[in-house]
Amino acid sequence: MTMPAPARPEEPYVSLDQQHHADKLGMFVFLATEIMLFGGVFAAIFYLRLTHSEAFVAASRALHVWIGAANTAVLLSSSFAVALAVAFAREGAARHARNCLLAAVALGLAFLGLKAWEYASEYGEGLLPLNPASDLSDLHQLFMNVYLIATGLHAIHVTIGIGLLGFLVMGLGRGHLSLPRRAIVIEIGGLYWHLVDAIWVLLYPVLYLAR
Amino acid sequence: MGRLLSLTIVWLALLALLALTIVASFVLTGPFSLVAGLSIAAVKVVLIYWFFMHLREEDGLTRLMAIAVLAWLAILLLLTVADYATRA
Repeated sequence: MTMPAPARPEEPYVSLDQQHHADKLGMFVFLATEIMLFGGVFAAIFYLRLTHSEAFVAASRALHVWIGAANTAVLLSSSFAVALAVAFAREGAARHARNCLLAAVALGLAFLGLKAWEYASEYGEGLLPLNPASDLSDLHQLFMNVYLIATGLHAIHVTIGIGLLGFLVMGLGRGHLSLPRRAIVIEIGGLYWHLVDAIWVLLYPVLYLAR
Repeated sequence: MGRLLSLTIVWLALLALLALTIVASFVLTGPFSLVAGLSIAAVKVVLIYWFFMHLREEDGLTRLMAIAVLAWLAILLLLTVADYATRA
């Protein structure tokens, strides 16, 4: 454990406090745009749920509840790993921080793997578009389209997040990120990952658990 | 190490809430199911924001920035609902 280095803010900030504020505010403004993007998707989901409750519930029952549950647990755990990484980074424990980030990357990849398996079995069951053998009702098809857009958009964000975490792992490995001075970089990258986790936490009950 | 302990407790609480929402989906139907699913998810999101995203250490301005999007989201959802709810 090293003590914090004599801390000076980067250009153009006059104090560390000001720099911290700017970092956080900028990231939260960016996350707000992401929330608005998914907000539109949620609006479509809620509209479908409220106007076609029965068809929505029937379509929801056809999804793989347990793969979704496993994936929720996987993402929650990856967020936990990132939170631990930040805690270690602030104490200057670079090795621990790096291992936690690696665990988060592994869990992120596990999420994508499970999701791909889920899509594949849904395709085989004729639930997804473009399967000539599929004979879904119009409303069921509509639900599956919204499901595919929502989870697909989310999966793209998971992929970006994995890249971001990988970037941090490399930065720590090569010593570009000296801790604890630059722990804020891991913290800001972590915020993105947590948001992607939070969005899945909302998507899961809305899509998979409609009864 | 109190910090790591509190993060671990939050993680276990999140997993417990996941189990709870699945159980609720087997027991409840209709509007009750929707309300239960959304409420439990909201509690989970608050836990993620407050502990994992460090809002509990931040001052008022940063917290406000983090949740200000809810106002814009409310406009988006309310106007959408107002449209569909008032169609003849």
